[in-house]
Amino acid sequence: MKLMIRTLILSALMMFGACKQNSYRADADLNGENIKTDGTTEVMDLVAPPYVQTPVGDRSAKKVVVNLEIIEKIGELSDGTEYNFWTFNGTVPGTFIRARVGDEIELNLKNNENNNLPHNIDLHAVNGPGGGAEASFVTPGKEGSFTFKALNPGLYVYHCATAPVGMHIANGMYGLILIEPEGGLPQVDKEYYIMQGDFYTKGKFGEKGLQEFDIDKAIDEHAEYVVFNGHTGALLGDNELLVKTGETVRIFFGNGGPNLTSSLHIIGEIFDRVYTEGGTTITKNVQTTSVPAGGAVIVEFKADVPGEYVLVDHAIFRAFHKGALGKIRVSGEENPQIFKKNEQIDKVL
Amino acid sequence: MKRLSLFIVLFTAVLTSCHNRQGVAVKEVPAVSPQILNPVETDKKMLTIQGGSYLGFLGKDSGRIVEVKSFKIDEAPVTNAEFLEFLKKNPQWTRSKVSRLYADDAYLHNWKSDYEIPDNAKPESPVTNISWFAAKAYAKSVGKRLPSIDEWEYAALADEVSKDASGKAEFTQYILNSYQKKGMYKTSIKQQKPNYYGLYDLYGMVWEWTEDFNSVMISGESRGDSSQNESLFCSGAALTTSDLTNYAAFMRYAMRGSLKADYSVNNLGFRCAKDL
Repeated sequence: MKLMIRTLILSALMMFGACKQNSYRADADLNGENIKTDGTTEVMDLVAPPYVQTPVGDRSAKKVVVNLEIIEKIGELSDGTEYNFWTFNGTVPGTFIRARVGDEIELNLKNNENNNLPHNIDLHAVNGPGGGAEASFVTPGKEGSFTFKALNPGLYVYHCATAPVGMHIANGMYGLILIEPEGGLPQVDKEYYIMQGDFYTKGKFGEKGLQEFDIDKAIDEHAEYVVFNGHTGALLGDNELLVKTGETVRIFFGNGGPNLTSSLHIIGEIFDRVYTEGGTTITKNVQTTSVPAGGAVIVEFKADVPGEYVLVDHAIFRAFHKGALGKIRVSGEENPQIFKKNEQIDKVL
Repeated sequence: MKRLSLFIVLFTAVLTSCHNRQGVAVKEVPAVSPQILNPVETDKKMLTIQGGSYLGFLGKDSGRIVEVKSFKIDEAPVTNAEFLEFLKKNPQWTRSKVSRLYADDAYLHNWKSDYEIPDNAKPESPVTNISWFAAKAYAKSVGKRLPSIDEWEYAALADEVSKDASGKAEFTQYILNSYQKKGMYKTSIKQQKPNYYGLYDLYGMVWEWTEDFNSVMISGESRGDSSQNESLFCSGAALTTSDLTNYAAFMRYAMRGSLKADYSVNNLGFRCAKDL
């Protein structure tokens, strides 16, 4: 009797599985496997954040060669505060990778010979063991390589996955890879690349000089710094993002972590469209979107009114006390229909 | 009395020492005719490390008490000057003559010539860009051997004042910081304070070859290794590592796991050991 029930349940489960598989294969978004490359090969341009490569548009799928070099180097985390960063191509975040669904991506990972440590890469856009971590595990002076087919469109995080993993990520080893859908994402006027990261330094926030990584703070998740693009001033002053009124803006936003989830918000703007979790579903009219560590999101908005718009992690102490703050400066014609300041009326009390 | 014979047969264990990483094809090293090494005199100071036990860090030994027998070990890494002496007696190990089976093309690649050390290094700097095969050959030529991982780790538990500083958080932090310093392999040995035993430069100068480095099986997927010999890191490591906060040890084991016996790396040197 028991056996019979078990068999019934099992066959029911199998049928369910079979049905699921049919609909799974019919899903238009998941057809990357069947897309043939056109036989040409392109070496991907390297562009430093906050900028990205030109969109794929309606080009056919091809082979794309991505060359990344791991560089361990001392850099600024904040004015007067230095940190020993571990990077992909010398920047935090690492070089943006842009391809389309169906592309065959050859990833070459070089570990600079002057580095102290072995490293590798795990791309969340990969369907394969470790996201390529094993195939790319390299000692200083060596190069690892693997090839993968981009099956799923979306915005994905990549990061180093060498032990101690947390430390490699905490030191800046992350970046984003965008797999555009067939035909590309809709055109916009401006595109930017921003990643949030939490940093754990021996000295408190603002302490000058070369700061060591603090393992205890990292384990306790007590970040001294929460920054965009590896520096408290990466999107401030001369580095503000410049936009004109009427322009549409798309931000590829990732969260390297290692620990904290971001509550992404732009003060004074509403995201017209959010590609939730970097995937295919679009949510409209969003104020704040949650970006997990090791996750990403695409947000879009139209700059309506001139002014200064502040990008923050709305876990707001991080913005004002730990560095999670960037500025978008919108210039152009005022539009009083959308926003105007009213004349102050002095009331006689 | 030196335990040297004029004819030391090398590489009998070549085939068994091939690095076999999970999922990676075994790199076959074909059998070669035994090589002959000329002995080299050395007066390098060795220190005796009294045997004992320590808590194994990972894999099958994780959390287990590992016994280490008493042994002798060089007080500091082998230097350029010392390695040069070896090359003069054993020219088959010079950069131009070495077999590519035993050393990759980064072997001594910063040397100006077969018998001239790099411009930016000193005679008393640790020799680097040497393969495991070369380190092993050197050790044999001076009547010694490479230390085992257990011996190295056991001796390196000591800070300046105690035999076992592994429980001290500041010691781990000190090692982590020393691992981040750049270019230390270009400086002279014995500039830092020695540890409890009198050993110099275990940390922060060079990574060091060990006899059984390739028993560390890091597949590169540091979070998934879970079979017994490959149990390392993150999700796998949460179950198989004795001390998750010992980031310094993680880094050493990851480094060992990333190596193959013919690799020659800028910041990888060695020191020798010997049975009592």
